[in-house]
Amino acid sequence: MKAKGAFLPDIVAFCCAQSAYQAADTAGSMRITYPENIRVIRVPCAGRVDVLHILRAFEKGADGVLVLGCHEEACRHLSGNIRAKNRVQRVNTLLQEVGIDGKRVEMFTLAPNQGSRFARIANEVNERIKELGPSPVKSGA
Amino acid sequence: MIVAERKPLEDIREMIAGYKKILIVGCGTCVTICWAGGEKEVAVLSSQLRLASKKDGNELEILEATIERQCEKELVEALKDKVQQVEAVLSMGCGAGVQPIAEIFPDMPVYPALNTTFVGMPEGEGVWVETCRACGDCFLDKTGGICPIVRCAKGLLNGPCGGTNNGKCEIDSEKDCAWTLIYRRLEQQGRLDAMRKYYPPRNFQAVIRPGKVETLPA
Ligand code: SF4
Ligand code: SF4
Repeated sequence: MKAKGAFLPDIVAFCCAQSAYQAADTAGSMRITYPENIRVIRVPCAGRVDVLHILRAFEKGADGVLVLGCHEEACRHLSGNIRAKNRVQRVNTLLQEVGIDGKRVEMFTLAPNQGSRFARIANEVNERIKELGPSPVKSGA
Repeated sequence: MIVAERKPLEDIREMIAGYKKILIVGCGTCVTICWAGGEKEVAVLSSQLRLASKKDGNELEILEATIERQCEKELVEALKDKVQQVEAVLSMGCGAGVQPIAEIFPDMPVYPALNTTFVGMPEGEGVWVETCRACGDCFLDKTGGICPIVRCAKGLLNGPCGGTNNGKCEIDSEKDCAWTLIYRRLEQQGRLDAMRKYYPPRNFQAVIRPGKVETLPA
């Protein structure tokens, strides 16, 4: 296993097409950089992200998962962001039960024009996951 | 409907420790409705088990199947192909679902992934309450369709007791007093005379356990 300093986490970010995905785009056009090891997956709504999608990401070796949706009261599909929040909470519990730190999955909300917020979240989460180290599933530790 | 809850992962892992290939069987009826053992819960449990065994460096292959009702032998028989490929079966049906699987495949160890809790109904999203204890001598005709055997903490037949407290139960102030509910329901229907009758102690052995019902085919 690589030394902790060299560890580059695999982070999957499910991004709502109405907000977070556009925010990632905004970050790009504003030339704000964010870690390249964050894999952006575009979803029609944060509410499309199911408990199983997140669990499967961990099964496939993700070190962390982000769900990014619209701010509360701003969901294009009314309550997709609330559903996503509850599901992230649920996955948190399911992971804890398995013995994986529940903090490896997080949800944030943002607006489509918040490119710098997107980059900030990406950087902060990247640091937090680096701190936690590789997923125990991946390393078989 | 039958209400059940999933057992803690730790308990389930202990049951299946040592097996390398298992089948998780969901049930598409009661336990699907109470989010304990339907197709979705089967997928979540199998993902959790895979994650846990990968984490511990153990090998575990999981097959999944959800049938309409585990409590019907004909439906359980359809699992044969899958059962033949595994070393053990984990049932996510209620206790009445686990047993037919164990009976039809007597060579196969069958384990329960759920704790079967009661017969009840949904009260709101994600909340189920007990409403019937299958006593075998239904009393609901006298109580406006509200079961005092289950819903009254003391199972009184001639309630309410002196502890009824503004519609709540003296045993648990969070719970409704079943006899207040019964009174209001009968009042609403103009049937309060039913409250004025005395009901003698009932035969609580109306069903000799294990219960059995035999009916001629219709
Ligand atoms: S096995 Fe039968 S009684 Fe049990 S949950 Fe399934 S359908 Fe309901
Ligand atoms: S009286 Fe008996 S059969 Fe009727 S609802 Fe109550 S427990 Fe069930």
